[in-house]
Order: sequence, then C-alpha cells, then structure tokens
Amino acid sequence: MQDLLYFSQQLINGLTIGSAYALIAIGYTMVYGIIGMINFAHGEIYMIGAYTSLITITGLASLGVTWLPLILVIALVCAMIVSASMGWAVERVAYRPVRGRHRLIPLISAIGMSIFLQNYVHLAQGSRNIGFPALIDGGFRFGEIGSFRMSLSYMQITIFITTLICMSALSLFISRSRIGRACRAVSQDLGMASLLGIDTNRIISATFIIGAALAAVAGLLLGMYYGSIDPLFGFIAGLKAFTAAVLGGIGSIPGAMLGGLILGISESMTSGYLSGEYKDVVSFGLLILILLFKPTGLLGKPEVEKI
Amino acid sequence: MPAHNLKHALFCAFITLIIAYPIVGLDLEAEGVNIILNSADAFTVAMILLAVVIVFLFQLFRDNVMAILQKIPRPLPKVEKEPMAENRRAKIESWVLLGFVVFALFWPFFVSRGSVDLATLVLIYVMLALGLNVVVGLAGLLDLGYVAFYAVGAYTFALLSQYTGISFWMALPIGALLAGLTGMILGFPVLRLRGDYLAIVTLGFGEIIRILLNNWTSLTGGPNGIGNIPDPTLFGMEFGRRVKEPGNTSFHETFGIAYNSEHKVIFLYMIALVLAVFTALVIRRFMRMPVGRAWEALRDDEIASRSLGLSRTAVKLSAFTIGAFFAGFAGTVFASKQGFISPESFVFLESAIVLAIVVLGGMGSQVGVVLAAIAVTILPELAREFSEYRMLIFGAAMVLMMVWRPQGLMPMRRIHITLKKQE
Repeated sequence: MQDLLYFSQQLINGLTIGSAYALIAIGYTMVYGIIGMINFAHGEIYMIGAYTSLITITGLASLGVTWLPLILVIALVCAMIVSASMGWAVERVAYRPVRGRHRLIPLISAIGMSIFLQNYVHLAQGSRNIGFPALIDGGFRFGEIGSFRMSLSYMQITIFITTLICMSALSLFISRSRIGRACRAVSQDLGMASLLGIDTNRIISATFIIGAALAAVAGLLLGMYYGSIDPLFGFIAGLKAFTAAVLGGIGSIPGAMLGGLILGISESMTSGYLSGEYKDVVSFGLLILILLFKPTGLLGKPEVEKI
Repeated sequence: MPAHNLKHALFCAFITLIIAYPIVGLDLEAEGVNIILNSADAFTVAMILLAVVIVFLFQLFRDNVMAILQKIPRPLPKVEKEPMAENRRAKIESWVLLGFVVFALFWPFFVSRGSVDLATLVLIYVMLALGLNVVVGLAGLLDLGYVAFYAVGAYTFALLSQYTGISFWMALPIGALLAGLTGMILGFPVLRLRGDYLAIVTLGFGEIIRILLNNWTSLTGGPNGIGNIPDPTLFGMEFGRRVKEPGNTSFHETFGIAYNSEHKVIFLYMIALVLAVFTALVIRRFMRMPVGRAWEALRDDEIASRSLGLSRTAVKLSAFTIGAFFAGFAGTVFASKQGFISPESFVFLESAIVLAIVVLGGMGSQVGVVLAAIAVTILPELAREFSEYRMLIFGAAMVLMMVWRPQGLMPMRRIHITLKKQE
C-alpha cells in the first residue's frame, strides 16, 4: 500500500514537471515543423520569462499590491510580452538572415544566440541563483501510512490547470483561427503557401512569438515550483524540452504534449527509485535511444527525403 | 525617403526597449530572505536609451546604411584564381605555418612565465580545434559533445596515474586511443542521423559523460576532481626541485644548472607545441589522402558520393574517430598541465568555445583555426576589464559570422577550376 502511494506521488510530481516541459516543447516543435531548424536559444527565452516574472512580482510587491491572483496575472502577462518580443527579435536578428542556407548554419547561429542571451542575463542580473518566492503555499495531504504521506500541493494544481488552459487555447488557435490555419499550411509546404498569398515571414514570426510566450508561462510556473532561478537554468530545461519534442515526434503539437508528460514521469521515477543525480542521464539517454531507433518520435510523420 | 520605414523603425525601437529595460534596467537583489528590486544606475539606463535610439535610426535609414555597407570592398574578395595561383597559395600557407612554429620555438625564452603558461593553453585549444576541424569542417558533422572526448583523455591519465602510477608518456597514447575508441563506439550508431539530430545526440552524450564523472564519486572523486597528476618527464628527468619517483633524475642536476621553476613551464609548453605540430601534420596528411577527400566529398554531396561507392558509415566514422583521438591527446596534456582536473573543466561551454574557434577560423582551414584559437584565448586576457563580456561577445560573434561570413575568416579553398558562364 505504501509502495502504491509512493508510486502515485512520483506520478504526480512527474506529471507536474512534464506538463511544464510540454509548454516549452511546443516552441521547439512548432519552429521545427515550419522551418526545420532547432531553435537552440529557446531555453534562454524560457529563462528570460522566469526572470521577467520574478522582476514583475518583486516590483508589484514593492508597490504594495497584495492580491495574489492579480500579481500572478500581471507577472504572467509581462513575462509573455518580454519573452515574445525576445523571440521575435531573435528570429529577426539571428535566424531570418541565414534561413535556407545549409542546415548547420542556422544551428550554429542559434547556439551563438543561446550563449549571448545567457550572458546577457548573467551580466545584467548576476550569476548567483535568486530565490523565487513561493506565492502559492499549502496543498492537500492524504493517505497517511507510517511516515509517508502523499501530497498534492496547490502549486502543482496551478501548473496542471495553467498548462491545460494554454494547451486548449493553442489547439483552438491552431485549428480555428486564420493565422493558425496559415501556420498549418506553411508547415505543410512553405513554398506553396507563399504562392497562395500567405505572408510566410509573418507566419514564421508568429510561430516564434507563440512559442516564446508559452515558454514564458513555463518559466513563471517552474521558477515558482523550483523556488530559485539562475541564468543557466534555461539550458538544461531547454534540452529536456527538446527531448520531449523529439520523443513525441518533432513538428507535431500533440506529440510535444505527450512527450513532455512521458519525459516528466520517467524523470521523476528515476529520481524516486534510483537517484536524483541520474535523472538527467536518463532523459538524455532516452533522447539518444529515440533518435537512434525511432527518429520520427511517437506521433511524428516520417520525413521523406526527396532527391 | 525613409518615411515608409518610420512605422517599422518605431516598432523595432519599442521592442528593443521591451527586451532591454526589464532585464538590464531593473536589478534583483537578495536581502536576507527577501528580494528587493533596485533600479540600475543612470548610466545603464542611458545606455539602454542609446541602444533604442540606435536601433530606431538604423531601421529608419536601413536602405541607405545597407547601400553604404555594400560599397565597402570586402576584405577578402572572392576572386576565382587560376589553379596555379591557388597552388601557390597552398605553398604560402605551409610556409606561414612553418614560420609560426619557428617563432613559437624561440619565443618562450624571452617572455614571462605567465605568458608561456597561457601559450600552453592556447596550444591545447589549437589541438582541440584542429581535431574538431576534421569533424565539423571537413566531414561536416556538427559535434556538440566534443568536450567528452577531451574529458576521456584527461580522466584516463588522471585515473591511471592515481591507480597504477603511469607516466605522462605512457598515458598520452593510451588516453588518445581510448578517446578515439569512445568516439568510434559512440559514432557507430549515431552517424547515420541527419546533421542537426547528430548535433543534439552528441550534446546529450557530452552531458552524460560530465554527469557520470560528477556522480561516480568512488572512482572519479566526483566534483572534487583528481589531483596530484604527475608532470611529464624528459627521458626520466624530472623538473621539480626534488625527485619524486625513485629511479628518475632531476633536470637541473643532470645539466648542472641552478633550479628554476620556469624550466617546467617551458618544457610543458614545448610538449604542447610538439604535439600541436604533430596534430597539424597528421591531419594535413589525412586531408590529402583518399579518406580526406572522401570526407569533403561526403560533406558536399552525400547522395552523389554514395552513388559513387563511398561507404557513408566508414567515412564518417573515420573522421569522428580521428577527431576524438586528438581531443584525447589534448586532454592528456591538459591534465598534466593543470595537475588537477574536475568535471568543471568539461562543460558544454568548452565545446562551444572550440566550435566557435573552428567557425571563426574558417571551416577546414588550418591557418585560420590556429589564428582563431590564438585570438579567442588571448584577446580576453589582453582586455581584462572586458573579460566578463567575453562570452557575450563570443555568442554575438558566432551569430554575426553565420550571417555575414559563414565560411569563416580564412576559409579553406581547394585548387579548382570554375566553368565560365556562357555569354
């Protein structure tokens, strides 16, 4: 009985982290689906989202705003705006000029951008990690057996619900709106879409903006969940989210959600049953195995190489 | 008239303000358990506004600025020379490299100890970059976990010396071979992946190696690293004041000169120099051998090369293994130079620095890579007050290179003839 409780606790933790990974993974998968490049700087956009939200929260606290939902909503909106602008600017500066060149050139440009952004925040805000106040305290506790007690914190519930809202909104946006339809068209065939009068540059910018805004949401949520942030914390999270995107099938939005959840669960199971230090090894090992044996991922479409 | 750019320029300036002000202009500071928000000093705010104005003006007069930039002649114009001229260029390149080496042989006797030490580090980076140049520049495989092989070389020496008391000269080939073997084992399954997937897989592999080194405390000492790695000896002569290993003699006693701690530094530098030259020569030979031609052929057109009967796996694997081999070489020298290694020295950033050297130098070109290694290592030392901006400038330089000159500062050019366009 205790084993079962322990297992469900790990499952809850995994789902929490996983749903946040899924939010970041959307950015990778949408960009890859449309222009076929790995946006290596996406993890940094997420980190900037976390910093902006912390700055907003601290600023609001010093202004005397105490009503929690208001603080969170304002922080979320500010983080989304800053991250989205950053995503737009990064695409304009570093990716658009090299679009369509050899595959490795945009990737190296993206790595350069990632190093640049890391050090941009590092220089501006210092390299030490800063504590993120736990604004949402408490939670449900149940199933007390022996010394073990299962818990589901309000923070975790917030993460689930926010992710759910964002994902539903994104699905609706992609399937119903004009821009969403254009996004799908461009990802199917960029050349044909532009022939039919779709402004592809605008759609690509929109993709970066959407991905960055979702990453900012994840930045606020995970920053609060972990309780501290530093300029390097986007790097590993970005890699994990990329793993999630590949796991689900890069280019596929439901795949990113599924991949994020699977990755989060496998990670929390590793730290629950093996050792917390090896959870990164497991996720990178998972990434390598998937790329080797099923490069299209779980829900991805096989890519036909045309000669 | 720049009027039609006004809206776009205003928008860009506004975006600049949004991405710069909250991060740079507001400063988070921990005060006990609380965090407070400070506004940055007036100078920083003024700089942000200056940046906004610059972006605005640039976007407003974009067409004019670009037209002016187009008129500036390129520093290295892409002229199609006759094959004979190209051949002479290759010869000049060899002479330049030789000049480098002669200069480097005599130089350390006239400068301070610190500079020689730094030069040793530069040479280690030269070795790493030459090795990565084979993988990225010649074979066109983006390896983001290159530092893993460097770590394998360094840790092989450190562990073997700790457990079996092996000497530097024994460890050098073992470390390099083990690194090469690791490269081969990793390369075998992953090399059939496409370019960007390969990059991510190697990146993941590099991280796995680092995490293992960090957590396998019983073997590697974890984050504390391994210390007391022996210095190299010259035919059994040690460079310390006293002889540590029985059976060895000390350098200053054998030659009857006063003990000087600089001897050791210069000796290490010489070892690094010899090995760097060795690396350069071996790779130069490889480039002219059929396998070297095959690397480039496969990089330029995979389908054509395969239909001509090149084995994709064998060709790519050879490049990957040779690159890893020389990283192991550099790692052994690094361990011996530092006398202490820990997983801290083998982070992703290190891979990125070596990659930046290769990219800046011009993929495939050896002279370019040597110059870039020198520039990347020495420039931050010269401008100490800017040293914290080093990585920022690095990142920006990588992006700018990709946008403006993806072939690098001194790209490699083969002797070739271009067909003239028919009128």
